[in-house]
Amino acid sequence: MEIVERMKKKNFKSNMITYAMVIIAFAIMQVWKTSGNLSSLLTGLLVPICVYVVLAISLNLVVGISGELSLGHAGFMCVGAFASAFFSKCTVDVITFVPLRFLLAVLIGAAVAAVFGLLIGIPVLRLRGDYLAIVTLAFGEIIKNVINIFYIGLDSNGFHVSTQDQFSLNMEADGQIILGGPQGITNIPKCSTFVAGVILILVALFIVLNLINSRDGRAIMAIRDNRIAAESIGISITKYKLMAFTISAALAGAAGALYSHNLSTLQASKFNFNTSILVLVFVVLGGIGNMRGSIIAAVILTVLPEMLRFLSDYRMLIYAIVLIVMMIFNWAPKSLELRERYLGRFFHKSAKEGE
Amino acid sequence: MSFISYLVNGISLGSVYAIIALGYTMVYGIAKMLNFAHGDVIMVGGYAAFSIMMYYGGSPLMAVLVAIVVCTVLGIAIETIAYRPLLEAASPLAVLITAIGVSYFLQNVVLLIFGSTPKSFQSVVTLSNVKLFDGALTISGTTIVTIASCIIIMVVLTIFINKSKPGQAMLAVSEDKGAAQLMGINVNGTIALTFAIGSGLAAIAGVLLCSAYPSLTPYTGSMPGIKAFVAAVFGGIGSIPGAMVGGILLGVIEILAKAYISSQLSDAIVFGVLIVVLLVKPTGLFGKKIQEKV
Repeated sequence: MEIVERMKKKNFKSNMITYAMVIIAFAIMQVWKTSGNLSSLLTGLLVPICVYVVLAISLNLVVGISGELSLGHAGFMCVGAFASAFFSKCTVDVITFVPLRFLLAVLIGAAVAAVFGLLIGIPVLRLRGDYLAIVTLAFGEIIKNVINIFYIGLDSNGFHVSTQDQFSLNMEADGQIILGGPQGITNIPKCSTFVAGVILILVALFIVLNLINSRDGRAIMAIRDNRIAAESIGISITKYKLMAFTISAALAGAAGALYSHNLSTLQASKFNFNTSILVLVFVVLGGIGNMRGSIIAAVILTVLPEMLRFLSDYRMLIYAIVLIVMMIFNWAPKSLELRERYLGRFFHKSAKEGE
Repeated sequence: MSFISYLVNGISLGSVYAIIALGYTMVYGIAKMLNFAHGDVIMVGGYAAFSIMMYYGGSPLMAVLVAIVVCTVLGIAIETIAYRPLLEAASPLAVLITAIGVSYFLQNVVLLIFGSTPKSFQSVVTLSNVKLFDGALTISGTTIVTIASCIIIMVVLTIFINKSKPGQAMLAVSEDKGAAQLMGINVNGTIALTFAIGSGLAAIAGVLLCSAYPSLTPYTGSMPGIKAFVAAVFGGIGSIPGAMVGGILLGVIEILAKAYISSQLSDAIVFGVLIVVLLVKPTGLFGKKIQEKV
């Protein structure tokens, strides 16, 4: 029992450090911003950073804690973004109190994404490993393609839906196109703020960290570590895998809502395979299963390409090289051995803690 | 008659997917990694052939040969520098992310050299169109060459793997690396050979793809790459006949969906079919079912 108590204490401490890190970073940025010294580039990046941090936390729940590779996370983000933007567009005159409307939009984004997560998860989680990965990729692409063909308009008679073009909606003169096929949703009210983003990060962290340290979370990790052993002691695999997948989808949906309310135009083509991969890179570079690492990696890798702008054409090339070198440095057994030998003194303590 | 013409086009596109999928599936079978940079090797092959024909005035045959050599060397280089250190890493995701890094790297190198404006690729096939049924059905020379190359590659590869010593070594390494090493097989060499063959095939696929769809940009390879990956999974990843059947089916489904249902939804339909197949047969059409031991 003493060990359990000690573990709990350690987890608690580690979680508090993570929360504190986010809050301190927020405070620094806020002071920097109000003092007027923050460049316009970085100011514009504040909300996207929050979006990617939430996405990284959400994907880490699937990849790190549940141990399944998902390559279609942008799909859930896409669903959340469109659902919430759709809601905001429809209610922009009805609910005039912006924070309430935005809160509802985020909740709706999360809820719709969760429903999709559940519906997709039920068949998909029967598959294993790389097969599961390819099916999540497929779902991401399908969601993107399907949203691209829908046209939805709103007039005094209610909603009009078409898959042809905006003229076949047959709307009244007062009609307004909400979803315009490949053009997506335009003129979304800009509600996302840095404060809202940080609150969302804290909420996401709270949900995920509490899940990890709960009985359910331990069941999820038991399945990851040994599926057969977990099943033999009566853990329902489907239930816990679905739980992790659905919560992760909901958080990605909320991140999508934050993302869409930061843009004036939202297009489904933005949520492609590369976006899913980008988030996966955050998770793997930050440390699989390590939430604090994901947050740091997401921040650094979102800011890095912007900081490299002075390299102009060489920017993405340098980014690619940095990525490859960092992966080899962090993961290759030979490199780890060398690090242990030469830098062992400095890394020893942290390596022990990581176990 | 239009149905038959769509079908032929589908088989032709599917043949390209199949050749790419062969590379995916061989690498997966032997190194257990998803090589996301494979699509970009195709694109490099396309640019290599393009440069030979445009800037050095080489013949189409010359262009194809140079493309194969360039891609083979590139494949071996990628494997040695970027993947080999990570094949024994603690998480299989490490090498996956590195592959993505390599993919960005190739795209951006080509972008720097050739710029982002699409290059119009001159077909390497000089065969004229064939008219059947009194001109009711026209089959382009490119289509015939694509399908023929696909069949030849399939036959040669099957014979190579089942009859030759290096081919047998590949099979052995994909079954059990440790045991293969004990039998005196050079495991690293065999893996490099697999990458070399896969990349050489990618070069052929690149040239054929660009001959059929002549616009060449640094991102040309990514979507066919993903589709071929889907095809490999469709047929059961790691299985060579599976990659072939998966590729051709995928091409046919894509072209027919484009023609008869909706051109915007064709990708969604392709992926939808994949999901249905995997739900019925969770390891693909020809995949081996692996028994889990306690």
